[in-house]
Amino acid sequence: MNEKALIDDEHFEHTLRSEHTEIISPENIVYEKPGTLLDVDMHYCPGCGHGVVHRLLAEVIDEMEIQSEVIGVAPVGCSVLAYNYLNIDMSEAAHGRASAAATGIKRVLPEKYVFSYQGDGDLAAIGTGETIHTCNRGENILIIFINNGIYGMTGGQMAPTTLEGMKSTTSPFGRNVSTMGAPLKITELVAQLPGTQYVTRQSVHKPGNVRKAKKAIQKGFELQKQGGGTCFVEIVSNCPSNWKMTPIESNHWLEDNMLPFYPLGDIKTPNGRK
Amino acid sequence: MAKVKGDIIIDIEKCKGCELCIEACSQGSLERSRQVNNKGYLYIVKVQDNCTGCTNCALVCPEGGITVYRKTVDGKKQIAKIDNVNQDMNIEVNE
Ligand SMILES: Cc1ncc(C[n+]2csc(CCOP(=O)(O)OP(=O)(O)O)c2C)c(N)n1
Ligand code: SF4
Ligand code: SF4
Ligand code: SF4
Ligand SMILES: [Mg+2]
Repeated sequence: MNEKALIDDEHFEHTLRSEHTEIISPENIVYEKPGTLLDVDMHYCPGCGHGVVHRLLAEVIDEMEIQSEVIGVAPVGCSVLAYNYLNIDMSEAAHGRASAAATGIKRVLPEKYVFSYQGDGDLAAIGTGETIHTCNRGENILIIFINNGIYGMTGGQMAPTTLEGMKSTTSPFGRNVSTMGAPLKITELVAQLPGTQYVTRQSVHKPGNVRKAKKAIQKGFELQKQGGGTCFVEIVSNCPSNWKMTPIESNHWLEDNMLPFYPLGDIKTPNGRK
Repeated sequence: MAKVKGDIIIDIEKCKGCELCIEACSQGSLERSRQVNNKGYLYIVKVQDNCTGCTNCALVCPEGGITVYRKTVDGKKQIAKIDNVNQDMNIEVNE
């Protein structure tokens, strides 16, 4: 335990007799948990980006007032229980098949906002075929892709997205590109397909990035209403547990290592490539 | 210039002590408590009255556990409305 991080008695007293308690009043609220995010404990490890992205989804759904018009599809991976945290209609799909399940839901209920929420092992390994063909068919759904470069749920095995040299339980000496292939930029890949209308890569490791990621998710839902093809929002995220780092370390590592290889920003927009 | 005062409430039972909020707070308002919550995590407390209500801590909290309040205390000039979606913060603080 880092003793320095612990506050001393004087500080603790100070907290209890805060002079500005009159600020805490409903009319002064500038930020609170969105209603669509259920008031339950999430099972994620401390500092995991999945929780932030769940909250952003809930914020966008609340602000667009589409809670009763949204249907989500949860993946297999750490976010397998996403339906326990979001107060919307959701379905679970077999590993990798979330975009195929979402395709079926959207075709039967075209007036609904349909999204899939998938990890990198789910979307870019076992579900590569479904992902590519969903995007190639231009299904009017939003795909939210959480890229933490690893199979989080199963204990940190190498994913297609694992960086070169990055250690995992199945690449204990680091990913060797000559035998294991190069990390897969599936987001750039689906941007090449005519079926996608909006493809972007965001992150949630800093407050400013969280704001941008929220805007991207909102854009994904808004464009879906107009039709025009698949929206694909990648969120570069962390996995402190399997990266074997503290949450703060993992976000620094993400910035220094993930972002140079997975640069942030729009890759394709409806008004033309960016 | 408008003086902005903020405050936060941390849901200490939701908190998992990840400390991402401590890092996000440029004011240094937050620290780890000496006590653990029911989950066994050293939760976060506010240790200084210098919060500006910028919302940064709440934005990075994976547990959705922080509520942020803000008030213009003694100013005549209204601060720019903060748009959580589109803009970066535009808060001016005058001590
Ligand atoms: C058909 C099938 N194969 C393998 C598994 C085991 N499995 C569960 S989750 C997972 C990978 C999850 O990784 P990712 O999609 O990146 O999600 P994360 O946990 O990192 O968020 C695997 C291989 C399974 N559940 N079903
Ligand atoms: S294993 Fe990784 S991805 Fe899964 S909840 Fe923990 S930190 Fe998040
Ligand atoms: S609202 Fe801003 S200033 Fe206040 S505690 Fe949170 S990050 Fe710090
Ligand atoms: S970011 Fe949230 S969960 Fe993490 S330490 Fe701060 S209040 Fe606790
Ligand atoms: Mg993963």
